[in-house]
Amino acid sequence: MFDFLTPSMIDLLVQATQATLFMVAVAGVIGTLIGLPLGVFLATSRAGELFAAPWLNHALGLLVNAARSTPFIILVVAIIPFTRLIAGTSIGTNAAIVPLTVAAAPFIARLIEAAIREVDQGLVEAARAMGASPLQIVWKVLLPEALPAITLALTLAVVSLIGYSAMVGAVGGGGLGDLGIRFGYQRFMPEVMATVVIVLILLVQAVQSIGDLLARRLDKRSRRG
Amino acid sequence: MTPSIIRFEQVGKTYPARRGTPDVAALSGVDLAVPEGAIVGVIGRSGAGKSTLIRLVNGLEQASSGRIIVDGIDITALSESGLRQARRSIGMIFQHFNLLARRTAYENVALPLEIAGVGAREIRARVEPLLDLVGLADKRDRYPAELSGGQKQRVGIARALATRPRVLLSDEATSALDPETTNQILGLLRRVNAELNLTVLLITHEMGVIKSVADRVAVLDGGRIVEDGATYEVFARPRHATTRSFISAVTGATLPPYVAGRLKPEPEGAGEALIRITFTGTHATDPVLSRVSRLLSVDLNIIQAQVDEIAGHPFGVIVVGIPNEATTISAVLNAVQRLDLGAEVLGYV
Repeated sequence: MFDFLTPSMIDLLVQATQATLFMVAVAGVIGTLIGLPLGVFLATSRAGELFAAPWLNHALGLLVNAARSTPFIILVVAIIPFTRLIAGTSIGTNAAIVPLTVAAAPFIARLIEAAIREVDQGLVEAARAMGASPLQIVWKVLLPEALPAITLALTLAVVSLIGYSAMVGAVGGGGLGDLGIRFGYQRFMPEVMATVVIVLILLVQAVQSIGDLLARRLDKRSRRG
Repeated sequence: MTPSIIRFEQVGKTYPARRGTPDVAALSGVDLAVPEGAIVGVIGRSGAGKSTLIRLVNGLEQASSGRIIVDGIDITALSESGLRQARRSIGMIFQHFNLLARRTAYENVALPLEIAGVGAREIRARVEPLLDLVGLADKRDRYPAELSGGQKQRVGIARALATRPRVLLSDEATSALDPETTNQILGLLRRVNAELNLTVLLITHEMGVIKSVADRVAVLDGGRIVEDGATYEVFARPRHATTRSFISAVTGATLPPYVAGRLKPEPEGAGEALIRITFTGTHATDPVLSRVSRLLSVDLNIIQAQVDEIAGHPFGVIVVGIPNEATTISAVLNAVQRLDLGAEVLGYV
């Protein structure tokens, strides 16, 4: 039953898994580097807030919504010129990182915004009463207090990225999705497709479990300490 | 009189109109002086403008008119960075404590010092004695979720004192606590007030809080201060209806329902006249009732009585029923007033 798992197939699977992990990791890190500050800004720049800039908030909000509402597969194709500019090519694992990052950053920004907005405004008021500057409030109050929620948000983002990374396989992006399509679909090897799906499920489970555990450890709101 | 450390001069605060609603005046023409080293309470119902008033002192809200002088500095004229500096010498505690959930008691108290750029060693030297002062040395590494409400407020107080402020603002600090914990927290406030010569401005909707800690009280109603004075004076001789209703809630000056239901403003034939006697000042502990009864040969029917202590002075309210005869009533009123006690006819039953 497992005779399709020849040494060379196992080799392909390992390589594809590594490629997927690589794409997700790089897109996740860069997406967070862009999405985190963007999310903090979105959460603190409406009228009357710490960095009040309602027009900029509105404009960035529209941009984020536009990126978020474009179907990923269309986004991949639509930004090919931009991908070429950044990665030098539009095919392969490195090229796939570009659309993955472009999709991840606004998604992460919205998740971070929600996490920051969950922080009790009373804490912001208390910090202001202590004489904290807006930046100090972000560093010492908003980010640390939102950390459990941010951890869960980033976990969700990575899980979504794993899904997206399988999709870039369809347009020559490499990784597990690519393997599943080429062998499973085009070469009629459904057992390869099934194996790819199982590996993806295991990856998502692992990421989610680690994220949940971390968030629970960071959360001091329950008496378990 | 001691100089004022906080002074409101004709302060007004108006919230600008939103779509469909006109401007809302939260405060108007507020004059208030807080003497140095005193505990001053501002009492009002919700919506009276208390929260706005206390937030003007540290510039969390901006006044629309007038000036607010804190420790010689006009808060209303400061820039944002000047305001941040000024806030470091004004501590504040809150109804819902506002502690950071992911910081231990120690780390919460350290926060204002970190914000002020104080070094780690200096922070330790200051935080530990403060935790001692509020009686939480053994809870130093606990997170707020592991503390009771009273303990959380103690952390709040220690945190507010960390930068050695001269003024402490208390925003309904005991409103979320049970009566016993409230008393403990009020006791702690009185102690830091005395030991650190810290001026306290507190807002509350509970006259009980005013009664047990405030040296002076201001009554806020509809954005205006309608009455203001030494707590004992205000309790003894309230002038405004709002003040009276706040006071009656804690001095038992409300009649029991079975009497209140029959009370009429004018006499109707025979029956009893109800007289309220307020015991204050030097005669507060005298056996006045038996003396009046013996002197005038009148039967005094005690309807209700309560003796209490306000701002450290004995204070009592007794409602008695006497025969409804004009001469008796005036004789009793005269006798009581000669003793320097308050007396008024409540009505007839």
